[in-house]
Amino acid sequence: MADGIVTLTTASFDETVNGSTTPVVVDFWAEWCGPCKMIAPILSEIAVEQSGNLTIAKLNVDENPDIAMRFNVMSIPTLLVFDDGEVKSRIVGAKGKGQLLQELNEFLPSSH
Amino acid sequence: MSHRQVIIIGSGPAGLTAAIYAARANLNPLVIEGEPSSTSDQPGGQLMLTTEVENFPGFPNGVMGPELMLNMRQQALRFGAEFLTEKVTKVGFGSRPFHIEVRDQQFSADSVIVSTGAQSLMLGLESEKRLLGHGLSTCATCDGFFFRGQEIAVVGGGDSAVEEATFLTKFASKVYLIHRRDELRASKIMQDRALNNPKIEMVWNTVVQELIGDQKLEGAVLRSTVDDSTRTLNVGGLFVAIGHRPNTDLFRGHLEMHDNGYLITKPDSSYTNVDGVFACGDVQDQIYRQAITAAGSGCMAAIDCERWLEANH
Repeated sequence: MADGIVTLTTASFDETVNGSTTPVVVDFWAEWCGPCKMIAPILSEIAVEQSGNLTIAKLNVDENPDIAMRFNVMSIPTLLVFDDGEVKSRIVGAKGKGQLLQELNEFLPSSH
Repeated sequence: MSHRQVIIIGSGPAGLTAAIYAARANLNPLVIEGEPSSTSDQPGGQLMLTTEVENFPGFPNGVMGPELMLNMRQQALRFGAEFLTEKVTKVGFGSRPFHIEVRDQQFSADSVIVSTGAQSLMLGLESEKRLLGHGLSTCATCDGFFFRGQEIAVVGGGDSAVEEATFLTKFASKVYLIHRRDELRASKIMQDRALNNPKIEMVWNTVVQELIGDQKLEGAVLRSTVDDSTRTLNVGGLFVAIGHRPNTDLFRGHLEMHDNGYLITKPDSSYTNVDGVFACGDVQDQIYRQAITAAGSGCMAAIDCERWLEANH
C-alpha cells in the first residue's frame, strides 16, 4: 500500500469491499493496458487527497479473472465504486482527474 | 499566469520528439500532454492503444506501443521538459505572447508547437454510447483478454484494423474482419498475415448498420455495400478501427486547415500561417501518419521553433 492504493486479490476482495467504512473505488487494470497506466498516477493522487473519505483499490484482471467476470468487466480500465458492499457506480474508460473527481463527487462528503 | 518560451500541445511521437529537442536546446518546454481517455486522444497518443510496433527503427524485436511512448516521455523528462496532464481548453494566437488555457490555469508563450494528433473515428451509431465498454471497444490491447474463446469482429481495413484482428486471434476463437471495400488498405505484410490466419474470416463490401444488445453487445446488423442486403452477425465483441480524424477543433478560426481539419503547414517546414506557431505529426499529415514520420516532423518543429525564437527574441 506504498502509494495509498490497496491491492486486491480474489482472496481479499470481498472482505475489503464489504468491510470498508468508506466507499471503495476498485480499479480493474492489467499490465498490458496503456490507458490503465495513464490513470494510475491520478488514482494515487486521489487516494492521498481523499484519504479517510474514499478507499482506492486495484485489482489485476489478468491474475484475478474470476472477479472481473463476476462484475461483468469487459473493458479496462473500469472503476467500480462499492458502498456498503454494493456496486453503486461504474466508470468505464480512462478519464482525466477533473472528470474522475466529478464522477466520484457523490461519494465524497460535501465540501465546505 | 506563467510564461514559457515554448509550449508543446500534445504528447505523441511528434510532441515528445519536439520536447526532447527543445529541452536539449535549453528552451525549457512545457508539454501539455492531454488527459487520459480510452480513445487515441490521450497522453502518448495513438500508440498507447497498440500492441507491438514492428517498424520503429532501433527495435529489432519490436516494442510495445505504450512502452515506446513512456520511454520517449522519460527521455524528454531527462532533459528538463515539464509535463502537465491536462487538456488545453482555449488558445489565443491573435497577439504575442500567445495565450493558452487549461481547466484552471493560464499560460503565455513566446512560441507554440501543436502536436495534438488524431483520434479514432467511431461508427456514429446511437447504440455505440450504450455499448462502449460492454462488448464494443476501441482498444484491442485493453479488452481482447475479455473475449477468450469467443467469436468477435473488427471493423476496418487499414493497418490498425488488420493489426487488431491479428492480435485478437490470440484470444478469440474467430475474428470477422468487416471492411466496406473488396480489398484491404493495410500494408502487404499485415494483409498477408491476416489473410493467411485461419481464425480470421474476411467480410468484404460490408458496413455495420446497427448494434444489437441492451446491457451488453450480442451482435451487429451488417449491410452489404453492393446490394444493400442486411444480415445479423452474432458476436460478443466488436472492435472499431475505421480511421482517424485530426484533433483540431481547438484551433478552428486560429490556424489555417484543410476542409477535412488537417492543419496546413508551409512546404518543407512545420510553419503554420501564424508566425511562432508550429505544427507536427498526424495533426498536419494526411499522407504518411506513421510514428516515425511524426517523430521526424516533431524534430523539424523543434528546430524551426528554436531558430525562429533566436531570430525574433
